[in-house]
Amino acid sequence: MSLILLQILNGLQYGLLLFLAASGLTLVFGILGIINLAHGAFYMLGAYAALTLTARLGDIFLALAAGIPLAFAFGAAIEWLFIRHLYKRDHLQQVLLTFALILVFNEIQQTVWGNYPLSIPMPSYLSSSISLTADLGYPVYRLALMAICIVLALVMMFVIQNTRAGRLIRAAESNPEMVEALGFDSRILFRIVFATGAALAAAAGILAAPVESAYPGIGDRVLIISFVVVVIGGIGSIRGAFLGSLLIGLADAFGKVFVPKFSSVLIYALMALVLVLRPSGLFGRQ
Amino acid sequence: MIDRRRIITLAGAAGATSLAAPFVRPSWAQANTLKVGLLLPYSGTYAPLGEAINRAMELYVKQQGGKLAGREIVFAKVDDESEPAKATENTTKLISGEKVDILTGTVHSGVAMAMAKMAKEDGLPTLITNAGVEAITRGACAPNIFRTSFGNSQVGEATGLAMLKAGVKNVVTVTWKYAAGEESVAGFKKSFTAGGGKIIKDITLPFPDVEFQSILAEVGSLKPDAVYSFFAGGGALKFIKDYAGAKLNEKIPLWGPGFLTDGVEKAAGPAGDGVKTALHYVESLDNPENKKFAADFSAAYGKAPDVYAVQGWDAMQLLRIGLEAAGGDTKKRPEMFAAMSKASFPSPRGPFKLGTSHNPIQNFYLRELRGGENKYLGIAAEMLADDTTGCKLA
Repeated sequence: MSLILLQILNGLQYGLLLFLAASGLTLVFGILGIINLAHGAFYMLGAYAALTLTARLGDIFLALAAGIPLAFAFGAAIEWLFIRHLYKRDHLQQVLLTFALILVFNEIQQTVWGNYPLSIPMPSYLSSSISLTADLGYPVYRLALMAICIVLALVMMFVIQNTRAGRLIRAAESNPEMVEALGFDSRILFRIVFATGAALAAAAGILAAPVESAYPGIGDRVLIISFVVVVIGGIGSIRGAFLGSLLIGLADAFGKVFVPKFSSVLIYALMALVLVLRPSGLFGRQ
Repeated sequence: MIDRRRIITLAGAAGATSLAAPFVRPSWAQANTLKVGLLLPYSGTYAPLGEAINRAMELYVKQQGGKLAGREIVFAKVDDESEPAKATENTTKLISGEKVDILTGTVHSGVAMAMAKMAKEDGLPTLITNAGVEAITRGACAPNIFRTSFGNSQVGEATGLAMLKAGVKNVVTVTWKYAAGEESVAGFKKSFTAGGGKIIKDITLPFPDVEFQSILAEVGSLKPDAVYSFFAGGGALKFIKDYAGAKLNEKIPLWGPGFLTDGVEKAAGPAGDGVKTALHYVESLDNPENKKFAADFSAAYGKAPDVYAVQGWDAMQLLRIGLEAAGGDTKKRPEMFAAMSKASFPSPRGPFKLGTSHNPIQNFYLRELRGGENKYLGIAAEMLADDTTGCKLA
């Protein structure tokens, strides 16, 4: 019985972390219509930035505070340099350009940080583990991570649903010309959305870094699973990404222990099932 | 990834042209060079391993004055990206494109299998510098293919022997569900169960999944004496840290083949303290070859050598023996291969010789990670040979 409770906890924890990574992707994909393959690379850069920033600032949360604006500025710069030329073009060109960005970012990572796996220290006040059962501890940092992810999810949903900025973003998504006609510069709006997506990916990378460590290719895995989340949740839907992440987290945790033979296909089977029942995802619009 | 390889090739070509252009060499000098092909991961997760192998090979040749058996050595490098799907294409680049005289590589077992298959058909002298996939020195062995690293099950077997010696009785195994992991676990089981040990459960994860929390909960509930785990690189680092985070290390010692800790000793920090592994090398090994090798390597690259560097180093030692027996003429393959098969020399890892299937017979050492360093604890298995099932050489 306690194993089942533990797996629920593990699944929720993994799912919440996934949400953080996938939410930025769903925003960029849903609102800008951009297939951003470099999303995982932003996550990777976040993890490595966490390494450098914690070394400078001494604490992962200070690194987060410094990293988010940095990632936002970086994302805005990438949008201005490259992405803005893609809005009117087809997906193939988006895929090509953002794939090229992956190569460039990976090369930067290799040059700056090297190829050996590197560890990012947890803050000392969160580095202990509490005992869940007689034989098993649970790192306090992971619990803190869950709380942070929940808060961020609530903030994002609130901003999108209930604020003027959120309404503008939703309006720009469905009818950019009309938003322009009303006097808003949709180019600025799009830049903000893309930069927010990059910042979210980097934030996920920074927060996860103390448990995930930083190593080459760390972003690739995140990219693929984030796409699965986006497809399950419905493109552009924050709520969908939230639910999709939790579903995948739980499926993964239970799959590995109770049906290990099928654990590798389980999340994809889940995705296929959702696509059959609701082709546009759980919260996707037709 | 299409373009990276091309860029490396182009850069290499550009470099070669700019070097060669000012002084066009006389033709006899051209004939005197011997081209050694390196198929290695220069990008991606395994890049540090490829770099270590590459560096040790270059260092060896440099110390020999750039020549082996009177032939000037030039290297042709191709980044294999650890991508099995591109392995045939990349190997072709070296064999047909660069027309190498000697083929060496690589880290990833899937890539190495494709490379070995082509090498077997071609008959080119070939040195496997890391990949431990069993088939290369079993069913798919060949007179022209030599391995200077290890067999996956060989390292597992040695670890099993060390665990028996330590009094471990009941074990849970954890690994990725892919060839290297499964072969490693099979080797471990072979020696461990033969010595009376019991396997409680084999847990596998899809490769390269690193979400370990759920299986750690399962390990805790199974209460084994110890865990045998095969992971490498970033996955290994995360496993060690998650294992300690779940407080499992306090009651259930973590064991594995040396790949579990190699390259992540420092990064693991206190979480890695007490992890015991067996491997055919440890940096602090006390023999004259290792002392010199470690000092020279550190002087050249500002970094201590690792097991991968030793494997690259010994590949060049073995090549030199073969070339000298053939008077530097790689066309004299029978003489070359006979000398290489019988080769026996002191390596930084201890005595080195090859078994009938061309896999090293070597010592395995028990190490314990402590304070960011693998400490030498003793010999886990002396001059252990790998199984040669299915190989019809010798």
